[in-house]
Amino acid sequence: MRAAVTILAVAALASVPLWLRDPYLLNALITTGIFVIGAMSLNLLLGFTGQLSLGHIAFFGIGAYVSALTSLGFDVGLPGDVRLVHAPWPPIAGSLLAILVAGMCGYFVGLLSFRVRGAYFVIVTISFAEVVRLVALNWVELTQGPLALTNIPSIALSLPGIGELTLRTKMQNYYLVLVVALVAYLLIARLVHSHFGRAMRGLMENETLAVSVGIDVTRTLTLAAVISAAIAGAAGSLYAHYIRIIDPEVFAFINTVTMVIMVISGGKGSLAGPVVGGLIFGLLPVALRPVMAPEAQWIAYGGVLIAILFVLPRGIVPSLAQRFIRRRSGAPALASVALTETGAKEPA
Amino acid sequence: MERGVLEIRDVVCGYGGVTALRGISLDVRAGQLVALIGANGAGKSTTLRAISGLVPPRAGQMRFEGIDITGARPPRVLASGIAHCPEGRRVFPHMSVEENLDMGAYLRRGSGEIAADRDRIYAEFPRLAERRRQAAGTLSGGEQQMLAIGRALMSRPRLIMFDEPSLGLAPNIVERTFAIIRGIRDAGTTVLLVEQNAFAALEMCDHAYLLENGRIVLSGAGSELIANEHVRKAYLGG
Repeated sequence: MRAAVTILAVAALASVPLWLRDPYLLNALITTGIFVIGAMSLNLLLGFTGQLSLGHIAFFGIGAYVSALTSLGFDVGLPGDVRLVHAPWPPIAGSLLAILVAGMCGYFVGLLSFRVRGAYFVIVTISFAEVVRLVALNWVELTQGPLALTNIPSIALSLPGIGELTLRTKMQNYYLVLVVALVAYLLIARLVHSHFGRAMRGLMENETLAVSVGIDVTRTLTLAAVISAAIAGAAGSLYAHYIRIIDPEVFAFINTVTMVIMVISGGKGSLAGPVVGGLIFGLLPVALRPVMAPEAQWIAYGGVLIAILFVLPRGIVPSLAQRFIRRRSGAPALASVALTETGAKEPA
Repeated sequence: MERGVLEIRDVVCGYGGVTALRGISLDVRAGQLVALIGANGAGKSTTLRAISGLVPPRAGQMRFEGIDITGARPPRVLASGIAHCPEGRRVFPHMSVEENLDMGAYLRRGSGEIAADRDRIYAEFPRLAERRRQAAGTLSGGEQQMLAIGRALMSRPRLIMFDEPSLGLAPNIVERTFAIIRGIRDAGTTVLLVEQNAFAALEMCDHAYLLENGRIVLSGAGSELIANEHVRKAYLGG
């Protein structure tokens, strides 16, 4: 049943560029898709380990900058008359490095904060994002500061038999984002149901018990942070090579908040939640643009978020899934639903 | 003092500025059911937490089967053969019964053997087999207790520590739980039991220790403690 819904959803999404010719809407879908990947990575932490990263955009932005700088090359002076010179590499190498470096940052942040967790993790992630933003803003020689990195090359794929394909059109980039999003989705789905995934969920549901069965708390959470950060870095890399210009504004706190809203409204701890929430809050600006000024739109987002959480308190996907199951069987929620579609703690 | 399979010597343990254990020594002999009794805050749970590595001891020594486990982290203690059933919520509520059992085998490798052990537990507790796909949070209190015991057995322990297994259960379920715990001992697994219900614990155990303010003040066979004047007055209601 669930597999059928997933395949239908993917087929529907894959068909979009075939009938939607409006470049503005296609552009909105591509950037939304990139943010959906970011939201999925955030959900891995927030929904399956219960740890709130309020600086998640840092991993996204680091991915964007690493990817851009790798493919643009740079020449910077370091202390002690050393110059660090890097000749441009192909964008795809930039993407791989983006994933790697973002993952390493996730490890670093996890190591710093997971011994104490909870509020400390929230604070460390916020500070981390702010520090990275300030570096991007002030290390002008490397990042151009507020002048932004421009002319970032589009991603080029070398396909055997066809030669090199540079992804310039919106349609090509749409499919690229769709494929990466699908890979991220399947990876997270696989992970959550693995041995390691059980450790993550066990920690969130009952930490004392999880420790008593031999789960290493710090190691499990740090690994989750690494994977989450790496996926966010991949999203950032897609962003850099699609938009082709990035400035330190990418690290703005509001971008993290947007991802959190996507996860919470769609349903944290549910695989499809960030996709549904991401599509709603990614496309809402497009829908509201003709009727509202950008400043007023934030009020509308707030209203929509409150409305969703009022009617469907656990988020759209878990709440609807539970209603659907109840109606069909009249029984309490089955475990198979409980474990894929909810991350909510049991009411005491 | 006779040496046991689990030897604890002069263990001091605490949380922040509070000292919960002020140097306790105890021995658990192989195949026995040993009870720790005492009032709230006497240090019973802390003793179990110190053994399983949840609270590192500040001083003292702990050995299991001759191997030093002082200050070992929980996964190592578990791998050495000690399972801990902590007090409070006993199961992972959103995981299925089967997943809960598999969590007990978290550190084990070899899915075939794990599946065989799981089937043995289902044979022992048919109610769990009927509900294997159901979320553990939807089970009754008694069923959750059976699941918790089954999960502890899944690590193939040679020593199981139960922390307040009767807490919050209906009297007939408590009786059933105690019968299962005795059954585990009779099957050859050593048991260390922390229990508020002093009379029941003393009746079923082979040996007992009485804890007061982080110290062991009395030890002996269960029947000896039942006969003891101080125990009768303070813990058995006259």
